Amino acid sequence: MDFRLSLEQEAARREYEAFFEEVMKDSPESWFGTMEDMYSSEEGNAFYRRTARKLGERGWLAMSWPREYGGRAASRVDQLLLQEVMGDYGAPGYDVQGLGMLGPTLIRHASEELKKEYLPPIARGEAMVCQGWSEPNAGSDLAALTTRAVEDGDDFVLNGQKTWTTGARFADFIYVVARTDLEQPRHKGLSYFVLNIAETKGITIRPILSMAGRYLWSEVYFDDARIPKRNLVGEKNKGWGVVLSGMEHERSSLGGWILECKHNLRNLVKFCNETRWNGEALAKKPTVRYRLAQMGVEVQVGLSTQYRLAALADQGTLPMHEASAAKIFATQLYTRFSEMAIDILSQYGAVTQGSKWAPFSGKFEFLYQTAPGWELAAGSTEIQKNIIAQWGLEFPRP
Amino acid sequence: MNIQLTEEQEMLRSSARGFVDKECPTTLVRQIEDSESGYSPELWKKMAALGWMGLAIPGEYEGTGGSFLDLVLLIEEMGRGCLSGPFLSTVAVAAMAIAAAGTERQKQELLPQIARGEKILTLALTEPGGGWDADSIRISANAMNDYYVISGTKLFVEDVSITDYVLCVARTNNDDGSENGITVFLLNTASLGLKYSSFNTIGGTQQYEVVFDSVVVPATNIIGEPDNGRTVVRHMLDWGAIAKCAEMIGAARQVVDMTVAHAKERIAYERPIASFQVVQHLCVDMLTYVDTSRNITYEAAWRLSEELPCAQQVAAAKAWTNEAYVRITKMGTHLHGAIGFTRDHDIGLYYRRAKAAQLAFGDSDYHLEVMARELGL
Repeated sequence: MDFRLSLEQEAARREYEAFFEEVMKDSPESWFGTMEDMYSSEEGNAFYRRTARKLGERGWLAMSWPREYGGRAASRVDQLLLQEVMGDYGAPGYDVQGLGMLGPTLIRHASEELKKEYLPPIARGEAMVCQGWSEPNAGSDLAALTTRAVEDGDDFVLNGQKTWTTGARFADFIYVVARTDLEQPRHKGLSYFVLNIAETKGITIRPILSMAGRYLWSEVYFDDARIPKRNLVGEKNKGWGVVLSGMEHERSSLGGWILECKHNLRNLVKFCNETRWNGEALAKKPTVRYRLAQMGVEVQVGLSTQYRLAALADQGTLPMHEASAAKIFATQLYTRFSEMAIDILSQYGAVTQGSKWAPFSGKFEFLYQTAPGWELAAGSTEIQKNIIAQWGLEFPRP
Repeated sequence: MNIQLTEEQEMLRSSARGFVDKECPTTLVRQIEDSESGYSPELWKKMAALGWMGLAIPGEYEGTGGSFLDLVLLIEEMGRGCLSGPFLSTVAVAAMAIAAAGTERQKQELLPQIARGEKILTLALTEPGGGWDADSIRISANAMNDYYVISGTKLFVEDVSITDYVLCVARTNNDDGSENGITVFLLNTASLGLKYSSFNTIGGTQQYEVVFDSVVVPATNIIGEPDNGRTVVRHMLDWGAIAKCAEMIGAARQVVDMTVAHAKERIAYERPIASFQVVQHLCVDMLTYVDTSRNITYEAAWRLSEELPCAQQVAAAKAWTNEAYVRITKMGTHLHGAIGFTRDHDIGLYYRRAKAAQLAFGDSDYHLEVMARELGL
C-alpha cells in the first residue's frame, strides 16, 4: 500500500495550480464555483467553454483515455488529481457527462467509426454532452422508458420525451436510450444511441426552471428524429448492458462534490476567522468550530474514498457497490455542507446573489436548493442502496 | 499510488483471522472479561509464538521489522474477535515509543523482551479532570540529582495489575500547562509508592486509578528528552488512536456480518427479514460506515508508517470511526431485536466495546478540536 503521489504527479499538481490561478482571473461575476455554473447561464457556459478548450489543448481533459481518441493513457488517479486542483480553485472545465460517462461508454461499446467521430471533440473540450435517459414516467425505474426508436431504411426514427436533461440547451451531443422492441421483456428491448444535436432534425428543447430559478434542466422532445443506424452504441436491444457500464463510470467519476466541499470549507474557515459578530470572531464560537471541524473530518474521509476508488478503477477491480456507496456519501455530504454553511452564516446565509449582504454572493442559498437534487440524479440514494444491498451484501432483490 | 496489500500483508491478515477464529471465541472473551487480571496468559503466549508482539519491532531487537501499517492490519483482525487485552498499549503504543525515542540501552533491554511476549506495558496519560492535551498534564516529576520523584494521580490506565512497566507522562517544568516541560518516564510497576485500584467500565475491561506517591525513577528511564516529551506523547496518541480505529473497523465489520446473517435467517411475516428494503438499507448504511472508516484509517496508518504529516488524517480517522462504529452497533443491535439486548448475545459485547473504544485515545470532541486547529480556526 502506497498512497504517495509520484514526483511527476506532484509536479503536475503545481502546473495545474498555476494554470487555474490564471484561469480564475477571468471568471464572470456570477460564478459560484459549483458544478451547476456551466449549465445555468450564458456567461457561465462561455467561461466553461473557454476553460475546457485550454485544458483540451494541454491534453488534460481525457487523460485516462487511449491516445488514439485524444487521451494520454494516464491513470484515473492522475485524472482525479487534476479534478482536485480544479475543485480547489472552484474552476470549470470538466464535463462529467462527456468525460466521465459517454466517453468511457463509447470506448468500451462503440464502433471504431463512432469513437473517431465523437471522442476527439470531447477530449479537446469542444463538445459538451448531455444525457437522454430520464422520462416523465421513467426515472429510478429507467427500464420503464417509452421513447421509441423504429428502424426505417438506414435510420432509426425516434419519438418520445426525455426530461431533467442537465445542460441540454448548451450540449452538442446527446446519448439516448430508447425502446427498439416492444415484444421483448422491458430490459431486453432497449438500445443506446449517441447523436449530434445540431445535425439532427426533430429535436425540441424546452427549459425547466430549478427551485432556485435557474435554467439547469430541459425537456427534450423527439418528433420523427432520424438517427443513422451507425449511431447505435453496442447492439440493437442490448442497450441495457451499455447503460449499466455507463452508470459504473458515472458513479466512480463523481469526485467533484467532495472537491467542491473542500474548496468551500477553506473559504468558510477564512470567513469565520475574519468576520466578527458581537465583537467576537465567528471562529471562536464553539458551535461554529464544531460544525466546521465535523466537515473537515467528512471531507478527509470523502477524499480518501475518492482516491481509493480511482486507484481501484486503475487496477480494474472497482466493485460496483463501492462506487454506489461513494456516490451516496458525496452527494449527502454536499447537501449537509450547504445546510451547515447557512446555519453558520445565519440570516446572512439566506440572502440571494446581488445583495451586498450576501456572503459568498449567495452561493450557499443557491446550493441549499440545488444540492439535494444530486441525491436523486445519476441514480437516487435508494437505488444506490439497492445496488449495495445486492452486490455488496448479497441480499435478495426486495 | 497503489492501494493493494502485499502478499505478506495478505498472509498476515488471513493467518490472524484463522487464529482469532480458532483461539479466541467469544466464550473466551467473556471469561477474560470476568477474570481478575483481564487477560489470558495462555493466549498471550500463543500470540507471542506467532511473532505478533515483535511485528513492528526492528530486526536487531528480535522483532520482524514490519511497519505500523502491518500492525494495523493485525489489530483489525483482533478487533473482529474482540481480542483486546494489553496488546494495543504494549505493542502499538509503548514498543513503538521505545523504538522511536528510546536510548540504545532501553531498546536493547526492553524490545526483545516485548517481542518474546515477556513484558507487558501500559500508558498512564490522563489525569482526574484532564483530557489528552498537554495542559492537562499536572502530575509532577521533580529532579533530584540523577533521579526524579513523581507525585500525583493518573486515571483510566489500562491493565496496570498485569504490567511490568508504566509509561508515565509527567510535568518536569512550566506549571502553566504549556507543551514544553513534559517528560515521559518508564516506571517499573513494582516501584515503591506506586499504588493502584481498579474500576469496571462499559467495555468490560478493567481500568485503574494509579497513585504515584513520591515514586523515585532514575533519569536514565526517560523516554526521549526531558522537558521535551510532547513529540513522544503526540506520537503515542497517534499510534494509539489509529490502532484503536483498526480494532474498531475489524469489530464493526464483524457486527455487519453478524447482522446480515441474522437478517437472512430471521423469519417474520413468513419471509426472511433480509427481504425487506428497510432492513437492507440499514445494513447498507452499516457497511458504508465500515468501508469509509477503513479507507481513512489505512491512509492515516500509512502516513504514520511513512512518518509524513498526518494530524488531519488521524483526527479525521478517529472522529469518523468513533461515530461510525457506535452507529453500526446501534443499528446492528436494533436489527437483532430484543435478543440483542441480552447479556448472552454477542452483539451486546460489541455494543459495549464500541462505546469504550470511542472514548479511548481521544474522544470525538478532542479530535474535532484537533481538526478545527488544523483547519486554521
